[in-house]
Amino acid sequence: MAFFLETLIGGLMAGMLYSLVALGFVLIYKASGVFNFAQGAMVLFAALAMARFAEWIPKWTGIDNPIVANLAAFVIAGAIMFVVAWLIEKLVLRHLVNQEGATLLMATLGITYFLEGLGQTLFGSDIYKIDVGMPKEPIFAFDTVFQGGILINKEDVIAAAIAAALVALLSVFFQKTSTGRALRAVADDHQAAQSIGIPLNRIWVIVWCVAGVVALVAGMIWGSKLGVQFSLTTVALRALPVVILGGLTSVPGAIIGGLIIGVGEKLSEVYLGPFVGGGIEIWFAYVLALVFLLFRPQGLFGEKIIDRV
Amino acid sequence: MLYRENGQFKTSYRADQQIFPIAQDRIAIGIILAIAFIAVPMLASDYIFRAILIPFVIMALAALGVNILVGYCGQISLGSGAFMAVGAYGAYNFFVRFPGMPLIPALILGGLCATFFGILFGLPSLRVKGLYLAVATLAAQFFSDWMFLRIKWFTNNSDSGSVSVTNLQVLGMPIESATSKYIFCLAILVVVALLAKNLVRGAIGREWMAIRDMDVAAAVIGIRPMYAKLSAFAVSSFIVGMAGALWAFVHLGAWEPAAFSVEISFRLLFMVIIGGLGSIMGGFFGAAFIVVLPIVLNQFLPAFMGIFGIEVSTAGVSHAELMIFGALIVWFLIVEPHGLAKLWSTAKQKLRLWPFPH
Repeated sequence: MAFFLETLIGGLMAGMLYSLVALGFVLIYKASGVFNFAQGAMVLFAALAMARFAEWIPKWTGIDNPIVANLAAFVIAGAIMFVVAWLIEKLVLRHLVNQEGATLLMATLGITYFLEGLGQTLFGSDIYKIDVGMPKEPIFAFDTVFQGGILINKEDVIAAAIAAALVALLSVFFQKTSTGRALRAVADDHQAAQSIGIPLNRIWVIVWCVAGVVALVAGMIWGSKLGVQFSLTTVALRALPVVILGGLTSVPGAIIGGLIIGVGEKLSEVYLGPFVGGGIEIWFAYVLALVFLLFRPQGLFGEKIIDRV
Repeated sequence: MLYRENGQFKTSYRADQQIFPIAQDRIAIGIILAIAFIAVPMLASDYIFRAILIPFVIMALAALGVNILVGYCGQISLGSGAFMAVGAYGAYNFFVRFPGMPLIPALILGGLCATFFGILFGLPSLRVKGLYLAVATLAAQFFSDWMFLRIKWFTNNSDSGSVSVTNLQVLGMPIESATSKYIFCLAILVVVALLAKNLVRGAIGREWMAIRDMDVAAAVIGIRPMYAKLSAFAVSSFIVGMAGALWAFVHLGAWEPAAFSVEISFRLLFMVIIGGLGSIMGGFFGAAFIVVLPIVLNQFLPAFMGIFGIEVSTAGVSHAELMIFGALIVWFLIVEPHGLAKLWSTAKQKLRLWPFPH
């Protein structure tokens, strides 16, 4: 029982991290109808920028305080993501308005290649580490209930808390601010939003900026967990089933989907994996999402798809 | 002036319905085939065969298959790499487990394995549409990656799924030299392209296109969505599976599951979109572009940067290659979202009026 709970909690924590990446997909899809394959590349790019600046700043300025260095690196990486977002809107999306979904998908794949190349050219292609002072040692909870308690990774708890805080912040931003209201209007109907005077191009820049910041936070957390390296881009592929499970247009869907996928992956790997040779995590998530889709084609919380002739 | 259909009157339905109704087109195709089958083998060097021509021919075949699914039936697929892998390993199993199995039946049986796999993973398309389906087809990709790595039976109990084939023969002739490999692949490509062209202009092709344009409307006028979608998945994955088997047997010779990763699925989709969705010609253009581009970049980038006195390391070249590849694709999508095939047809249209455009 204790082992089951341990796996379950581990899955929930991993799920929070998936939702963080999935959130980036949902934000952009909701506001511009672009399925942004480049989210993984953005995570890598942001993480690389952050890791390298955290390394460079003490060298350049002589400040030895790791908190200041990390904070400065975070701000600089955030600024870089803003520039990237602005350039993507300016150079790519603006010219592809009203194209089909497949074409836009391909364009973001092109952006993926470009960002992967650019990131590694600018910041190097070794494995770097981000050290934001996350505690590594595990804690034991419920040791009064179970013998030996349940092993929980402290780092995971903090990461999940950051993810939850970010989600709360985003939902306040979407619900309470006027920019958030404009974003929701654009998401509902491009043309109607434009006709009441919402500038579409500016909204798209904002959305990509927000997605860039989400990518930066995701990159920071994943980077400090796994190390900043090229394989960070595959995190996006792991997060895709989360998005389709939760629904492409739903922020809560990304969170719930992430939790379901995280738990499903861990439980299947532990309880099912040994029978079929292990390593089933990656496709199990997809198959799980696929089975869900057969019953609800728009995902758990997605808007109902209505076809009119 | 040369490209006119004036005076070419059709006197029978047969003549009206032929693939190339204009006589000049028929002559041009004849010349292209003659060049491809006779002149190229005499002129090309071994390197050009191995690095460009053979990959181009096989990828064109795969792109043809993907185009049937994505371009004609409108079902976006990111699992083409998986269909190639199933074709390759299916053909391998038939080839190794049945001694004396000739090459061509092995390839066809491999294609049939891919067909079965394609229909299985095409089933969600009956419920799921558009981008959701694109992500759902990734399930096929990751499943096949895992399957050929972990289930030893499929790979004849070899370590890490790496297998190899030797001693390829067709009708007693060995397929060893680069020239014979090229001719063999080209012959298959020509036959399949002809079949595919006839399929898409027949009743079933029209059903696919109706489904692509508006599936609800198509169902209303009596097209069975299930039959149309699954048949598109079947035909497409058969062709892609054959291409996968050729890629493994003829081009690679020895391969492992990583040869058919998600990367190859992306490249195939690039080929059909850059080439032109819903066009048989488009697959050829797209394949040529995607196969040749990295080679050109790899060859000329160091020399080009050398002009400006910048020394580029090998890693730098591969990163720059990624950047240029990505940027070119985006640029291409912006400039010509309908693909190279559209440029081709515009050029032909212009040519018909040349030199008096009014």
